[in-house]
Amino acid sequence: MSIQTTMAEPPAKTSADATTAQKPSGELKRLRQLALAAIVPVTMLVVWDVMVRWTGTRLVPSPSGVAVMMWDFAFGGIYDDAYSKSLPIHFWKSVQRVYGGFLLAAAAGIPLGLMIGRIPLLRALLDPTLSLLRPIPVTAWLPLSMIFFGLGPKSAIFLVFLGAFYPILLNTIFGVRSVDPRLFEAAEMLGCNGSRLFRSVVFPAALPSIFNGLRLGAGFAWILIVVGEMTGVPEGLGAVIMDGRTLSRTDLVITGMIIIGITGFVSDRILLWINNYFLRWSPQHHA
Amino acid sequence: MLDTRATASPILRINDLHKSFVASNGTVEALRGINLTISKGEFVCLLGASGCGKSTLLRIVAGFEHATRGSVAVYGFDVDKPGPDRGMVFQDYALFPWLTVRENISFGPRHQGRSKKDAAEVTERFLSMVGLTAFAERYPHQLSGGMKQRVAIARVLANDTDILLMDEPFGALDALTRSKLQEELIDIWRTTKLTVIFVTHSVEEAVLLADRVVVMSAGPGRVDSEIKIDLERPRDVSSPEFNALRRDVTRRLTSHIVQGRSDKPAADS
Ligand SMILES: Nc1ncnc2c1ncn2[C@@H]1O[C@H](COP(=O)(O)OP(=O)(O)O)[C@@H](O)[C@H]1O
Ligand SMILES: [Mg+2]
Repeated sequence: MSIQTTMAEPPAKTSADATTAQKPSGELKRLRQLALAAIVPVTMLVVWDVMVRWTGTRLVPSPSGVAVMMWDFAFGGIYDDAYSKSLPIHFWKSVQRVYGGFLLAAAAGIPLGLMIGRIPLLRALLDPTLSLLRPIPVTAWLPLSMIFFGLGPKSAIFLVFLGAFYPILLNTIFGVRSVDPRLFEAAEMLGCNGSRLFRSVVFPAALPSIFNGLRLGAGFAWILIVVGEMTGVPEGLGAVIMDGRTLSRTDLVITGMIIIGITGFVSDRILLWINNYFLRWSPQHHA
Repeated sequence: MLDTRATASPILRINDLHKSFVASNGTVEALRGINLTISKGEFVCLLGASGCGKSTLLRIVAGFEHATRGSVAVYGFDVDKPGPDRGMVFQDYALFPWLTVRENISFGPRHQGRSKKDAAEVTERFLSMVGLTAFAERYPHQLSGGMKQRVAIARVLANDTDILLMDEPFGALDALTRSKLQEELIDIWRTTKLTVIFVTHSVEEAVLLADRVVVMSAGPGRVDSEIKIDLERPRDVSSPEFNALRRDVTRRLTSHIVQGRSDKPAADS
């Protein structure tokens, strides 16, 4: 009997209604969204093209010039210089460094954040130091990082690590601190305590915040890869942009910028997709 | 059939319990000299205006707070931390939002080191006892308030608890759902032979459910009086006996509240 009465209760019903009612207008809405999103980039391309023609500058290539460069960078057959067909290798090197540094930051930041958030002694011990180090811009570490790790990929990974570490750590701590204390009480009364509490309650409860940190961290990682690869590595998208600058090849610089932008965007979408899968229990954390 | 459980052996003994909270603006004395003995299988309601320390008393019994003085003993052993023998049902449910209904109920059995098969069996039994088998794969956010509270009850029952502690568990529910859950709770209490300590500020709810109503007074919280409710179950709220008891309890409750006139003294003290 209780099932029949509860079945008629609103939550289940409204969600079912909403999905069926949205079907027809959903496609239209998506198209509208796409059109709205395209307006600004298309306008920018047009303005860019017009400005290049109007001023007759030779310092900035036109959009079509960059498109040709991108094609050559990816597939070759046009300029046949040192950069033709070299996109895969630069891309692959950068991706390795970005995700290497990012995963290191996640591997260090999440467990540390869970513990700092939960253990007052550890918080008292580490929080002041971390608060002191945090305001230092990651780029300020560049000279020291080159001394520690030499001129090369290690230095770039270290910078990416530093950049991604703080958002992941701070968001994890914040996530743990804002868990409803009743959940800990409930878990304890159900016989879950000590280290099992971390796995069974602290981590899942802080997950929405952890994902926020991961997305921010991944964003910083892509920003810092360019700085990191300016430290004298031969390959990588940051190195390409640096070369483009010294060779005055603006088309190369812009090509590198666009590829980083797109990759960062796709990488964020993937994280968002993972986020939505693991947070399917929490509708307000679906983005 | 009158209830004879009250003469059974004591399961919980609260002895001269005091509790003060230290806040930034001084200390708050929440409880002063509480003495209470509860028998195995008894259904006791703690009744009092808000702020009289009902939640504090229940939280000390649960082991979430520590007494400033005095002791709480279950089966003669002093309570100093939460344990599976005392299961709390919170007003705001406190379900694990990342676990499904079934996983929430099996949380206790799994963490007590029971075998997978055993835990699954227990889970299914209490899932069906609260009528939620069809909703086992739902997440808490997909449930109504009444269903959430059923999950919370099943979660502590599955944990093989001896004493069910309930802090205004139906306070946030609509009247219809509340009376339905009250009925179900009595059924569950009778089949499981649990001991229940139920906090409420509603006289009617207390008289409807309890074997014994413990009336508390505020400022600081004390036990004002205890009233045995020797009414047959299921109880008829419109019967003269019920209303006589309700008036009696209301009178005791309002005797120490200055402008206490209403049936439900929810006024802040
Ligand atoms: N953690 C706390 N810190 C300070 N004061 C508290 C705390 N918890 C409860 N109190 C105080 O103790 C008194 C009793 O509160 P409570 O047990 O919640 O009452 P009730 O549940 O009967 O409404 C109130 O005056 C309340 O302000
Ligand atoms: Mg209360």
